[in-house]
Amino acid sequence: MLDHLAYKAPEPKVIAGAKADWELVIGLEVHAQVASNAKLFSGASTTFGAEPNSNVAFVDAAMPGMLPVINEFCVAQAVRTGLGLKAQINLTSAFDRKNYFYPDLPQGYQISQLYHPIVGEGEIIVDMGPGVARRVRIERIHLEQDAGKSIHDMDPNMSFVDLNRTGVALMEIVSRPDIRGPEEAAAYVAKLRQILRYLGTCDGNMQNGNLRCDVNVSVCRPGAYERWQETGDFGHLGTRCEIKNMNSMRFIQQAIEYEARRQIAIVEDGGTVVQETRLYDPDKGETRSMRSKEEAHDYRYFPCPDLLPLEIEQAWVDDIAASMPELPDEKKARFVSDLGLSEYDAGVLTAEVENADFFEAVVAACGDGKLAANWVINELFGRLKKEGHEIGDSPVTPAQLGGIIALIKAGDISGKIAKDLFEIVWTEGGDPAAIVEARGMKQVTDLSAIEKAVDDIIAANPAQVEKAKANPKLAGWFTGQVIKASGGKANPAAVNEIVAKKLGL
Amino acid sequence: MSLNQLTISDARDALRKGDVTSAEITEACLTAIDGAGALNAYCHLTPEIARDQAAAADARIRAGDAPAMCGIPLGIKDLFCTKGVPSQAASRILEGFRPEYESTVTQNLWDAGAVMLGKLSMDEFAMGSSNETACYGPVVNPWKVDDRQLTPGGSSGGSAAAVAADLCLAATGTDTGGSIRQPAAFTGIVGIKPTYGRVSRWGVVAFASSLDQAGPMTKTVRDAAIMLGAMCSHDPKDSTSADIPVPDFEAALTGDIRGKKIGIPREYRMDGMPAEIEKLWSDGAAMLRDAGAEIVDISLPHTKYALPAYYVVAPAEASSNLARYDGVRYGHRARLGQGDGITEMYEKTRAEGFGKEVQRRVMIGTYVLSAGFYDAYYNRARKVRALIKRDFDQAFAAGIDAILTPATPSSAFGLGEMANADPVAMYLNDVFTVTVNLAGLPGVAVPAGLDSKGLPLGLQLIGRPWQEGDLLNHAYVLEKAVGFAAKPAKWW
Repeated sequence: MLDHLAYKAPEPKVIAGAKADWELVIGLEVHAQVASNAKLFSGASTTFGAEPNSNVAFVDAAMPGMLPVINEFCVAQAVRTGLGLKAQINLTSAFDRKNYFYPDLPQGYQISQLYHPIVGEGEIIVDMGPGVARRVRIERIHLEQDAGKSIHDMDPNMSFVDLNRTGVALMEIVSRPDIRGPEEAAAYVAKLRQILRYLGTCDGNMQNGNLRCDVNVSVCRPGAYERWQETGDFGHLGTRCEIKNMNSMRFIQQAIEYEARRQIAIVEDGGTVVQETRLYDPDKGETRSMRSKEEAHDYRYFPCPDLLPLEIEQAWVDDIAASMPELPDEKKARFVSDLGLSEYDAGVLTAEVENADFFEAVVAACGDGKLAANWVINELFGRLKKEGHEIGDSPVTPAQLGGIIALIKAGDISGKIAKDLFEIVWTEGGDPAAIVEARGMKQVTDLSAIEKAVDDIIAANPAQVEKAKANPKLAGWFTGQVIKASGGKANPAAVNEIVAKKLGL
Repeated sequence: MSLNQLTISDARDALRKGDVTSAEITEACLTAIDGAGALNAYCHLTPEIARDQAAAADARIRAGDAPAMCGIPLGIKDLFCTKGVPSQAASRILEGFRPEYESTVTQNLWDAGAVMLGKLSMDEFAMGSSNETACYGPVVNPWKVDDRQLTPGGSSGGSAAAVAADLCLAATGTDTGGSIRQPAAFTGIVGIKPTYGRVSRWGVVAFASSLDQAGPMTKTVRDAAIMLGAMCSHDPKDSTSADIPVPDFEAALTGDIRGKKIGIPREYRMDGMPAEIEKLWSDGAAMLRDAGAEIVDISLPHTKYALPAYYVVAPAEASSNLARYDGVRYGHRARLGQGDGITEMYEKTRAEGFGKEVQRRVMIGTYVLSAGFYDAYYNRARKVRALIKRDFDQAFAAGIDAILTPATPSSAFGLGEMANADPVAMYLNDVFTVTVNLAGLPGVAVPAGLDSKGLPLGLQLIGRPWQEGDLLNHAYVLEKAVGFAAKPAKWW
């Protein structure tokens, strides 16, 4: 987008405390489940919703003597993600063990990449409205294993463990503290999710927990952030708290808002914010300290001796780069520059890659970007939403919608008829041009027929003729009558012209 | 001579000629095992599997399809997971565990037609040098002085005792810091730890992943060459397994080492080294010289840091590797009291399941990895390890073909003798062997004589990485020159 659309940075959110104004400084760690049929190290299936403990290989259950073997596809997905975030790809990375005890962590350690992540610095442009965007720097992306699920509420005396998720590949995408408000944080997650979905590296399903995030929040007085930017001295910023494991855009915003106000209140009271991990309780709308033993963990990271350093070749990275899809920013810019769309419409159409693909297929079929955008956004999206369809199961195909628009462009049908036609295609299917032909829906452009109709209306309404001659604006009444008489099929432009001529205007 | 006393190579030849059947050799071994309860070498016997495999092997031999290991009865160290057969690393915490899978190494052996007699005891989780940490009680060395019972060494003590006492034709061992070579030396047999990555670790209970390697424990060098060849393979299931061809190790046994350079590392001449160990060593060097090799004094300057580095790296990895034994999914789980939660379950299970030495190493490992101590211990040990490897690289780059050292600082000691000693005194058993694991090199222990008490002593040869064939050829020359023919007098 940078290359095509100029933008300026949004103003940081300012919260008025009891004594002063405060700004927010936010950084996110997003855990995105890698879209892959198999787990990171075991080859077991990742299908969601399987019977508990059915997607479990010996490696996942940490049976004695079992060893991890890296899934090359997951590595490719991480590289693809890195390329999509314009990030540095590290040809050598390495896996470390993060040690802690929990029943849903059978190995007693999570294999992760603390010291040498596969992806280094990159960036995301977060759109905050036409011409306004925040550039958020990405610090790193590393691959790691997900844990299983502990279930404590099925039995009063026992806990259960489901290992289906154990060992599923995650990408942890870590941002710099470049985000300056709750809305920006949500927009950042939305933009990241959009890019991941374009790349096909994460399905972005937040409800299933396939995309979730930890949010680091601190507050500072206006000006402090700029001093940090100049000096790199974190002393200028406030103490941060980490809000763990959120999987809803709404909760992210609410939690940040609450947490910022909590910290402001503490500082304004002369207190000190304690650096800690907190949980957001959506029912109460507040964050609370985890203060559990988990917090006191010493994870004893060390290089995983079961895995050699991960070496990838530049040529392999280049192959992945060559197969990269067009990303949202580029697509949006192209829709604006090549198809003449407004930035807003381009944004709507590129929000989901399936929508953009549908739209482009419509354009290909009709050759008119603006008309296609209007029809896709207003008619199609509205109808899909109303009837609970996804774009993928739209009853009207891009070729059909393109066909309808092509008929409008050719002057064969009016906009009004087109809506009727859309209705027919939606409910009955079929080729729009054939339907128009078969059902006589074509506009009448036979001038002699129109002339006769105009003559008839003029003859029948002498009083109106006098009025129109005095006030030419009233000529439209005749046009309307003629079109009505033709059952909507008369070409309005042709009717207008003949009415004007006959009335001597 | 009864059939259980055969070497692999003699048995192979006799089987191929049809002079004997695998069923007969297997029965002889099973009978010998029956009479050797006093040695406590086997912890689980699998006679039904053995008889079935022997019958299948005999059919293969009759059909003319007889790989070298076909029909050879073996004992398997309890560290190897064997499908459907108890595999518990001599630990209470794996009580009742029967894997649903077969380790790559044992599968390779069964594919080659070998026969499993049963599982062999060992130090718990391969942590120990005397086999006294096994949950099955100590294994007894078939070699004896007076009435004193001796250790067979460890951790592959059951394997060593079983081979020395002819309770199998050969056995698998594993070696993290000397666990094949030290017990081989204590029992007068041959044991080789191959280059790290030569043998798959898949299905072998992990002690210290970056150091663990399995290898054969045999009666002769030729047998070691034959069996090692059958154990090796590139295994895609083990990311540290090397994708390089496995040569015919037996074919490398030419008996010709003329012009080879043998390094004698001066740093291995420890203060207070017993005179008979020193003599054994110089005698060994002289034999290799007589065979046409050139003896060269070399320096491996970081040797003295090897033992401390090893006792940081190995426990660190072990502390993490053993975290999975938590009572949640398999093995022992402590009986819980009213109000006990998950923490109590972990604590009680691991306190009951792990023996003292394992607990000690888990605690050491946890300590050296903990925040604040990581750099001082683990990272420093990693650097030392790199320097130790560099010492060897430089020696080999200077043209050294093999390095000769003692295998152990002494002959076998008495069971219980070290019970009240400082644990470090036990760790000193590994002083000549740990460097090899830290550097990932192949090392072989060869019987080289008897001490004044009449107990076996071994010498160690260390080879270039991936040159096990050449290393075994040196061992073969030494073996022939020594002419070690002593066997323990049967007292059990």
